[in-house]
Amino acid sequence: MPAVSKGDGMRGLAVFISDIRNCKSKEAEIKRINKELANIRSKFKGDKALDGYSKKKYVCKLLFIFLLGHDIDFGHMEAVNLLSSNKYTEKQIGYLFISVLVNSNSELIRLINNAIKNDLASRNPTFMCLALHCIANVGSREMAEAFASEIPRILVAGDTMDSVKQSAALCLLRLYKTSPDLVPMGEWTSRVVHLLNDQHMGVVTAAVSLITCLCKKNPDDFKTCVSLAVSRLSRIVSSASTDLQDYTYYFVPAPWLSVKLLRLLQCYPPPEDAAVKGRLVECLETVLNKAQEPPKSKKVQHSNAKNAILFEAISLIIHYDSEPNLLVRACNQLGQFLQHRETNLRYLALESMCTLASSEFSHEAVKTHIETVINALKTERDVSVRQRAADLLYAMCDRTNAKQIVSEMLSYLETADYSIREEIVLKVAILAEKYAVDYSWYVDTILNLIRIAGDYVSEEVWYRVIQIVINRDDVQGYAAKTVFEALQAPACHENMVKVGGYILGEFGNLIAGDPRSSPLVQFNLLHSKFHLCSVATRALLLSTYIKFINLFPETKATIQEVLRSDSQIRNADVELQQRAVEYLKLSSIASTDVLATVLEEMPPFPERESSILAKLKKKKGPGAGSELDDGKKEPGAEINGGMDPSASTASTPSPSADLLGLRAAPPAGSAAPTSAGNLLVDVFSDSPAAAPGLAPGTEENFLSTGAAASVCEDPALPLSEADELLNKFVCKNNGVLFENQLLQIGVKSEFRQNLGRMYLFYGNKTSVQFQSFTPTVTYPGELQSQLNIQTKAVDPLVEGGAQVQQVLNIECLSDFTLAPLINIKFRYGGTLQNITLKLPITLNKFFQATEMQSQDFFQRWKQLSLPQQEAQKIFKANHPMDPEVTKAKLLGFGSALLDKVDPNPDNFVGAGIIQTKSLQVGCLLRLEPNAQAQMYRLTLRTSKEAVSRHLCELLSEQF
Amino acid sequence: MVNKQGQTRLSRYYEHVELHKRTLLEAEVIKNCLSRSKYQCSFIEYKDFKLVYRQYAALFIVVGINETENEMAVYELIHNFVEVLDKYFSRVSELDIMFNLDRVHIILDEMVLNGCIVETNRSRILAPLLVLDKMAET
Repeated sequence: MPAVSKGDGMRGLAVFISDIRNCKSKEAEIKRINKELANIRSKFKGDKALDGYSKKKYVCKLLFIFLLGHDIDFGHMEAVNLLSSNKYTEKQIGYLFISVLVNSNSELIRLINNAIKNDLASRNPTFMCLALHCIANVGSREMAEAFASEIPRILVAGDTMDSVKQSAALCLLRLYKTSPDLVPMGEWTSRVVHLLNDQHMGVVTAAVSLITCLCKKNPDDFKTCVSLAVSRLSRIVSSASTDLQDYTYYFVPAPWLSVKLLRLLQCYPPPEDAAVKGRLVECLETVLNKAQEPPKSKKVQHSNAKNAILFEAISLIIHYDSEPNLLVRACNQLGQFLQHRETNLRYLALESMCTLASSEFSHEAVKTHIETVINALKTERDVSVRQRAADLLYAMCDRTNAKQIVSEMLSYLETADYSIREEIVLKVAILAEKYAVDYSWYVDTILNLIRIAGDYVSEEVWYRVIQIVINRDDVQGYAAKTVFEALQAPACHENMVKVGGYILGEFGNLIAGDPRSSPLVQFNLLHSKFHLCSVATRALLLSTYIKFINLFPETKATIQEVLRSDSQIRNADVELQQRAVEYLKLSSIASTDVLATVLEEMPPFPERESSILAKLKKKKGPGAGSELDDGKKEPGAEINGGMDPSASTASTPSPSADLLGLRAAPPAGSAAPTSAGNLLVDVFSDSPAAAPGLAPGTEENFLSTGAAASVCEDPALPLSEADELLNKFVCKNNGVLFENQLLQIGVKSEFRQNLGRMYLFYGNKTSVQFQSFTPTVTYPGELQSQLNIQTKAVDPLVEGGAQVQQVLNIECLSDFTLAPLINIKFRYGGTLQNITLKLPITLNKFFQATEMQSQDFFQRWKQLSLPQQEAQKIFKANHPMDPEVTKAKLLGFGSALLDKVDPNPDNFVGAGIIQTKSLQVGCLLRLEPNAQAQMYRLTLRTSKEAVSRHLCELLSEQF
Repeated sequence: MVNKQGQTRLSRYYEHVELHKRTLLEAEVIKNCLSRSKYQCSFIEYKDFKLVYRQYAALFIVVGINETENEMAVYELIHNFVEVLDKYFSRVSELDIMFNLDRVHIILDEMVLNGCIVETNRSRILAPLLVLDKMAET
């Protein structure tokens, strides 16, 4: 019994642990540990067989050492030997050691598998459980190969003990997660679903986790689980608090199981069957009712468990978004929690309410809590709760309360935690624009933002205010006046100087009539800030100056003087020098007419989705209230209803396009390195700031034309570069997929039949850590149903110079034409990088070469003679026509090369089968080179039209 | 499970994490928890996941979860775990956990497998362990 283990028997362990605790330094600790490791090693190696007790002791020591972060490089073999012991105690220790210390790519797996096999066959439930736990914990590919077919049988067999079933369910879940291709579910599906009906609550609990995972992948196959889950839930919810005996936790019947069932139901839309739906609604009402009843226990555990179910029920109600009555009740319940004394409840209520706000049924109900939420923003002592409150305010904002919410958020910003300032800035900027009734309010708000939190105002935000001012002539005068006033402050933020410089350069004339803001006063004000600014801002100001020369001829002499000064015309910075020289020349040789044309007011920006919004969406996935942004669920809140509709969604590429709008203005010399060296960064990244200070030209050039083009928010741009990348990999499986200044992505892949495995190697080329590094695979179009790619998340931190690997397991379900995309996001020095690439997975990867005789070939060729079965292309050779290279490419493409089939020895003939899960497509191909004309004719015949065409497309790009 | 001095007393990973990264991760996680006051909620957003933690005397129990879990349910699961430990060790202490690391692992494995709840019923969780103890005695 436990008391024993604390006693004298474990003195060795006690001494060791207290030694470690007394170690004064890390070195001493390491020394002590090494001593102990040597001791244990010699004990293991010694001739004397260790008794069970000593084994336990040593394993405990090893576990402890491992816990301290030291690798254990021995004892594995001994542990494996313990597995085959007949004594439960020894077996148990062996399995424990392996589960904790062995990772899935150990070479011992085969031995371990053997022991597991024996234990699974033993019919001894305790042994079986140990073995299943071990599979669930280690879960390697080899284990999946060995046991994937066995486990489902154990799981659904009638005579399996409950505890074994529980372990088997979660064991299967693990195998399904690691190697879905190896877990054949088809025949087990309905019996697995019926586990929801199992008498034993423990079995149901384990089964729900399994089913939730399975039905996410195959929702249709598991549809029947909805009604079973509802009836199970209903039985639990309506049971008296003592019915479920040991599964009742502080008078709450089966809280964890209830939560899991409610979660499972969130995988599906509301049940169609009226009876099932009625029963479910009843359950949800009961849960809401119980929240109002007096508690059955004063213990906090009771209310926590009850609330766990309540929050999950509310999630389901929100997920359905179809029961106004329930939605409003949910909202009222959460409203009560907003004032609860438990911080946890306030936090969760705010979080949950945030999603409620986006439902049209409950939006109004959520709004009634505005005062409480504002109060939370001001008084909560926990930053994470305040953050939730800010999220909720953002989500509940509409035209009726925008002014109040924006002003509250602005005043919060003054004291807000640094960690969330940038986000609040973005939110304020978006709300101010979206709900602006008059644009002077909008301009005031943004300038306030810059004043209060200039450092956190990203480029998107100040670009945006300029775009809007340029596009709306009713606000230009006001904007000019306001920025002029703002610039009077002795210390104003550089972003303010940028906005001020830009706006005065365009619209300074609108306030020039007032002697207090005469042209010269404006110029002197701007120029007084000049020397304190960064190169980028100074470059912008130089453009403002040349615009001034056009707007106010009387400033020409003064400005020319400035441009001519050594600090400009001989500036060490190439961009500034070039601008000074060119502007000076322009102003002295061009006639007034030419000057007026060149320096004309900026034309309105084209309307596009706000890039700020995109930035916020990227910055924050859940809780950002992004549902609100598409506006579809919001009733009555016509976004900017009364206004010019185009203005409300106004947005644009950044005005970082040169102030002059001149393509020729930026010196070609300094632009070149950026566009050449940074081509991929520019094309793939989504903001000009994406590559800060990378190429020497980037920072200076952000004002020039190249950078403006890179503000593209569409992650799936059909880029010609991307297609070229893809073509490179049609006939080969390994290579460098992508490379820019920051990141290199290598790829290695192998395919067999309809399965494939791809290794992506992400190398950080910088010396700075990448943060939040997340590659995600997405499927354009209908690819989702054609290709299945499983992958694990990679570590979000990639150290400088380090390389991380990601494995993709690929299954081809049916023929496909689009390539899957991989989107890679990470933070590098504070800016978010966003790269989308096509994954080099093309249909021909699933080619299986087929050898055949000439006779067979022609017979089949004739069988495929329908016009739609053939695809043909005649094209010019892009590469030298070398037969050996061509052969290699065709083999790389995947087909077999058939000799002596074609009467013309110069021609190539190939055959193969495209293997997909649902069907196999036989393919024949013929390539006829014409060396004289430097042309090829390629003919593909397959039993499927789309396949013929697609393979023909892919292959024709290769020669 | 980490004590106030930041020493890890029990750790269990359901996704493979390199050994050298574990120490770092554990140190960061506990730093996050220790810096919080009792007025703050028990949920911390940390990197891509959420930490749910509960403090028992000098011992913190921290669970990292993703968005598919219910915070409150996990919070209460921690308590259930502690109650099971309490029952087995009759008033569990940090020392019990250190000296019976294997037992604590067994209990945890009976409750949570592969990151999912297996069993919440206290007597069933302890059943295999009691068999084990009985065998050890004989």
